[in-house]
Amino acid sequence: MTGTKTGAEIIVQSLIDAGVEVVFGFPGGQVIPLYNELYQRADDIRHILTRHEQGAAHAADGYARATGRVGVCIATSGPGATNLVTGLATAHMDSVPVVALTGQVWTNKIGNDSFQEADIYGISIPITKYNYLVKQADQLAQVIKEAFHIAATGRPGPVLIDIPSDLQTADIKPRKVGPVKLPGYAPVSKGHPRQIEAILRALKDARRPVIYAGGGVIASSASKELRRFVEKTGIPITTTLMGKGIFPEDHPLHLGMLGMHGTKYANCAIFESDLVIAMGVRFDDRVAGDVHRFAPQARFIHIDIDAAEIGKRLAVAIPIVGDLKAILAMLNEKSEPVGRERWTRKIAALKEEHPLTWEDDGTIKPQYVIKTLSDMTRGEIVVTTDVGQHQMWAAQYMCTTEPRRFMTSGGLGTMGYGFPAAIGAQIGCPDRTVVCLTGDGSFQMCIQELATVRMYNLPVKMFIFNNGCLGMVRQWQQFFWDKRYSHTVFDYNPDFCKVAAGYDIEALRVTEPAKVGEAIDRALHTDGPVVVDFVVAPEENVMPFIPSGRGQTDFFGEGDE
Amino acid sequence: MRKMISILVRNHPGVLSHVAGLFTRRAYNIESIAAGVTENPDVTRITIVVSGDEIILEQVTKQLRKLIDIIKVQDLKYSESITRELVLMTIYAPKEKRHEIIRIANTFGATVVDVGAKTMTLEFVGNDRKINTVILSLEAFKIKELARTGLVALPLESEMESDRTLL
Repeated sequence: MTGTKTGAEIIVQSLIDAGVEVVFGFPGGQVIPLYNELYQRADDIRHILTRHEQGAAHAADGYARATGRVGVCIATSGPGATNLVTGLATAHMDSVPVVALTGQVWTNKIGNDSFQEADIYGISIPITKYNYLVKQADQLAQVIKEAFHIAATGRPGPVLIDIPSDLQTADIKPRKVGPVKLPGYAPVSKGHPRQIEAILRALKDARRPVIYAGGGVIASSASKELRRFVEKTGIPITTTLMGKGIFPEDHPLHLGMLGMHGTKYANCAIFESDLVIAMGVRFDDRVAGDVHRFAPQARFIHIDIDAAEIGKRLAVAIPIVGDLKAILAMLNEKSEPVGRERWTRKIAALKEEHPLTWEDDGTIKPQYVIKTLSDMTRGEIVVTTDVGQHQMWAAQYMCTTEPRRFMTSGGLGTMGYGFPAAIGAQIGCPDRTVVCLTGDGSFQMCIQELATVRMYNLPVKMFIFNNGCLGMVRQWQQFFWDKRYSHTVFDYNPDFCKVAAGYDIEALRVTEPAKVGEAIDRALHTDGPVVVDFVVAPEENVMPFIPSGRGQTDFFGEGDE
Repeated sequence: MRKMISILVRNHPGVLSHVAGLFTRRAYNIESIAAGVTENPDVTRITIVVSGDEIILEQVTKQLRKLIDIIKVQDLKYSESITRELVLMTIYAPKEKRHEIIRIANTFGATVVDVGAKTMTLEFVGNDRKINTVILSLEAFKIKELARTGLVALPLESEMESDRTLL
C-alpha cells in the first residue's frame, strides 16, 4: 500500500526520532519483524547482540549511567522478556532511564497460554516506572515518544513497552505524533522559595552540619552546583555508593562513603552532626541501619525530586521537593560561609584517627589491587562493579572524582550486573578505559558476555577478585553464623584464563602482590579486552562494618567479642 | 487509623493493576476499593479505604501521586464527605421470622429485593457505619451470603451549613 508503514518501521523510526543511536538486544520469534527493520536500518541505528537478555538489560543500564542518555534494550516474548526482569529491577532501584521493548504474541492470542507467552506487562508493573501493552499499531509512535519522556524526566526509571508481533507487521497510515499529554505527570523542578529561606537560616545556625548526598545529584547533573555549594559553605560532605563521583573524593572536605561499610569518620561525623543536609538520597537501610541512631542530635533538610522519599524513613524538619540543580543554584546565590573551626578540626581529627586500612600478609589483598588501580588511573577511567566484598572495597578505595565514572548496582545488589554494564559503558564511551571490577561469583553470573566483548572487540578490562568463595555472605557466616560456610565456598571454579582463551580473549593470572602493578599496567595498555584473574586472600573481610539495624557508630568488632 | 482516598485515573486497561500493584508491593492494607467511570469517559474514579499508621497513610498518598496514570489524589475526611456503600445480604428467614426481619429492614430503610423458600435478600445503601449496624442487627438471623460494593465518596459541597445528621 502506498503511504503506509509497518509497525516495525514506525518503531525503529520512533527510536531514531528519540535520538537513539544504539540498542542492546537478543532476537526471537515475536520480534522478527522488528529485527527485520533493524537489519534494514543498520546504518541509522546500531544493534549490539548480547548472549543473554539479562546482559542486554544491564548493558542498556550501563550505557545510560555512563552517558546520561536513555538506554534501550530489546527482547522477544516469554523467556526473552522475563530475562529482562532482573535488569529492569536493577535500573528501577537505582533510578536509571531505560526503555525496554519486548515482543508479545499476536493480539488475538494473548491470554491463550500461547507458545512463549508471558504477561510481562503484569510482571513488570512493580519494577518499572511505567509500562505499556500496546494494542493498536497506530499508537506505537505516540507510546514510544511518551516512554522516553517518562524514563528520562523527574526521577528517572525504566519503562517497558510490550508489542504484539501482529502490530509490528500491520500496515498503517502513520499519524502525526502529538505532544506528550500526561495530565497527572508533572515533575516539580524549582524548589519552594520559602523552603529555600528555611534552609539558608538552618545553615547559618548549624554548628556541626554534614552534607549527605547521593545518586540524585547524578540524575540532576548537579555536580558543579554541589561543588560550589560545598566550597562556599565549607560544610563537609559524605556520599552514598550511588553518589560516588558527584564530588571529588580527594577533596579535603570529602568524608568518603557513609553507611554499613562506609568510613568511620563519615559515620562518626553524621552521628555527631546537628544538621544533616540530605540531597538526592533515600535514607536507605544500608546507609541508616537504625534511623533513630543515625544522627540523633540533628535536624534534617531533605532535598529530592521525589516527594514520596521525603519522610519515608524518618521525619524531616525542612523538606523541599524539586530538581537539585535548580535548588543548589538558588542556595549558592545566597549562602554564606560560616566559620566553624571546632567542627572542621573535629572532622580532621576523625579522619586522622580512623583511616581506611588493611593488613598485608604476603597474599594479594583486594584493597591493595584497587588502591593501586586508583593511584595509577587517577579518576580517568570508568569503573563498573559487581556485588559483594569487591564492590565495597571498590567503593572505599577507588578514588572517583567525576560523576558517571563509577557504576554499581546499589539498590538491588545484582550480582552479574558489572560485566554487561561495562559493555554498555564502553559502547557509550568508546574513548575511555572501562574496567569491570568483579568477583569469581559475580562474574560467572553473566560470563557468557565474553562473546559480546570479543565479537565487537570492546576493550573492557575485567579484573576478577578471585577468592574462591561468595565473600560477603561468607563474611556474615563467619561473624554471625559460627563459620558454617554453607555453600559459599566454591569446591570447583573454572580456570578463568582458559575460559577467556576459549573466547580468544587475552588473560593473565596474578598470584603475588609484587606483580599486581605490572599486571594492571599491562591490562590497561592492551588493545582489546583482557581478563585479569587476581588470586586474592580467601578470608579477607570488609571493614569497617556496621551490622544491619545498628546505630551509626555501632561498629562491628568493638565490644562484639 | 483509616483513611479514605479518592483518586482520578486515566481510564484504560491496566490502570487498576497499577493501583492494586502499588498496594501489594508496598505492603499497604486496602480495606475497600471501588472503581467506576466518571462523567468524563476517559477518567475513572477509584475510592480506596486504607488502614495504617500516620506515616504509612501519608506514604500511600505520596506513592499514589507518583503513578503516571493518576490525574488527581484527594484525601477525603469523613466529616467533609458524603460516603455511600451498597450491601446485599441473603438471610436465612423461616416464615415465623420474616416479620421480624422486615421490621428491622424498615427501621433502617433497607429494601427486600428477593424472597426465596428459606431466605430473604435485602439491599441497603448507607455509609459504612450504618451498614455495619444493619449487618450487626441481622446477624442473629444467620446471614447466608453478603456482598459489599466498597465505599464511594465525594467531597461535601454543603460543608459549611452542613446538617451532619444527613450523613
